[in-house]
Amino acid sequence: MNDSAKALRKKKIRNAFMFIVLLVLFFCFVAPFLLVIINVFKTKGDITSNPLALVGKHGFTLKNFPEAMKKMDFWRVFMNSVIITVSATILTVLTSSMNAYVIVRNKWIACTVLFAMMIASMVIPFQVLMVPLVSVYGGIFGLLNHRLTLILLHVGFSVSMASFMFHGAIRTNIPLELEEAAYIDGCTNWGTFWKIVFPLLKPTIATVAIIDAMAFWNDYLLPSLVLQKKDLYTIPIATQAFYGTYSTDIGLVMAALLLAMLPILVLYLFLQRYIVKGVTSGAVKG
Amino acid sequence: MRTTKTSYKVRQFCVFAGPAALLFSLTVILPFIYGLYLTFTSWDGISRQKPFVGLANYAATFQDADFWVPITRTLVYSALAVILVNVVAFILAYLVTSGVRGQNFFRVGFFIPNLIGGIVLGYIWKFVFNRAFVAVGNAITGQTLPSLLSTPTGAMFCLIFVSVWQYAGYMMLIYVAGFMSVGEDVKEASMIDGCSPSQAMWRIIVPLMRSSFVQCIFLSITRCFMAYDVNLSLTKGEPFNSTVMAAMHVYNTAFTYKQYGTGQAEAFVLFVICAIVGMVQVYVGKKGEVEA
Repeated sequence: MNDSAKALRKKKIRNAFMFIVLLVLFFCFVAPFLLVIINVFKTKGDITSNPLALVGKHGFTLKNFPEAMKKMDFWRVFMNSVIITVSATILTVLTSSMNAYVIVRNKWIACTVLFAMMIASMVIPFQVLMVPLVSVYGGIFGLLNHRLTLILLHVGFSVSMASFMFHGAIRTNIPLELEEAAYIDGCTNWGTFWKIVFPLLKPTIATVAIIDAMAFWNDYLLPSLVLQKKDLYTIPIATQAFYGTYSTDIGLVMAALLLAMLPILVLYLFLQRYIVKGVTSGAVKG
Repeated sequence: MRTTKTSYKVRQFCVFAGPAALLFSLTVILPFIYGLYLTFTSWDGISRQKPFVGLANYAATFQDADFWVPITRTLVYSALAVILVNVVAFILAYLVTSGVRGQNFFRVGFFIPNLIGGIVLGYIWKFVFNRAFVAVGNAITGQTLPSLLSTPTGAMFCLIFVSVWQYAGYMMLIYVAGFMSVGEDVKEASMIDGCSPSQAMWRIIVPLMRSSFVQCIFLSITRCFMAYDVNLSLTKGEPFNSTVMAAMHVYNTAFTYKQYGTGQAEAFVLFVICAIVGMVQVYVGKKGEVEA
């Protein structure tokens, strides 16, 4: 009896210790964000003289926000990011799920070759493709500075990984009998896919959509090569350009950084359960 | 009969795989082949002619110290960052699966850096290193200290530090999944057989989590090896080009110095290194995998 009470006490102390360690680590992880948040409400002089103070000598100011928003053209930039991310994610899910379906169900040589090429292509670093992409599509065909070009490039780059994930899901989770029953009932191949297979792929669709949407939203290098016109900037490019112009105006920089991370943080607040689950299952399967 | 069957297959393929195959070829396959061709030319990016120079670009790449310095630096940076990322991620995963209160809250918190793009993260940390850390240092020592980012070693340290902070939360999630996949019955059996908790950890749990390790190490290697946006926003390769990584070097050669042929050859060398590292890693990882 005494022993188990002792063990229980030991466990409690251990848990309390771990909790404190976790709290300290958590603080380290979010400290940079907190610093941005406290400084965004200060004047430029106050940030420079004491970046750690909660409130500056000149008090609380909201001026940094509207000015940064105007100079960054925030709403336009935000909408560009939304349009590009949403359409590229939808297109990736649709094209790669269809692609994976035909690869799993159709044992034709072309399917095998395509799938092998897609798997092999995953080791190609983006740096190998960037010069040809810019020189061919930009130089020869003049396709740079269109949102659609970037959307299609995003899809083209992510289609192999997404197909790989859908391939695994279809092979292991979709029973062939179900499809056969649909054929017997007079469903075409096309109908079977959209009415039977696609709805059953929901968990994988969520995973692919979450992982790719995050990648598209945050990507910098590819958009910066494709979109050089100011009107088309996405959030990462706009942040980079903004910092280049206003790096000395630290209050404005703070506001711009906060604006750049706010949309996804708000989204995370609502969807964190799904995002964490999506990332985990995506990583375990991929 | 045979022809109709083949035409059916072709139609199926075109309808279902067509869009994906088309976009994949246009963004990956064709540029890859065209890129390979560009490595044999001395193209400047503007003129119509692309003079054929054979293997000269590769010869130049191999002899160029300015290329091998960033490559070696990237290898050292990746090695350190990958080890630290995985150690930190594993410890975090252990802590958030140990039954402490608020586990989910912590998991969600540690993942936050992965939500935000590298450019933004780099600038946030630039502010922290240049202003906040300097302010703390000044307050403690009473002197005016330089920023860590102003010395070559300091800047490299910052880069590694930020990478660990950025990726640890992501890898933690994979390790958490790994911890969960080790069944309670296995752990109990080991306890009954007289394992101490640390023995159970190293002899039972870690070997069963091998696939999580393979995965995390692979992911962190590829990410660190191709690091570009944090590199750009945090240090921009400075001071004195001491933090230019492989990805940034290739970008600069091609787009800043307009040596498209050389830049492309460098990129291909990078690709070969990546492929070798990736294959070795997967091979070693798969070799002793425990079938659960």
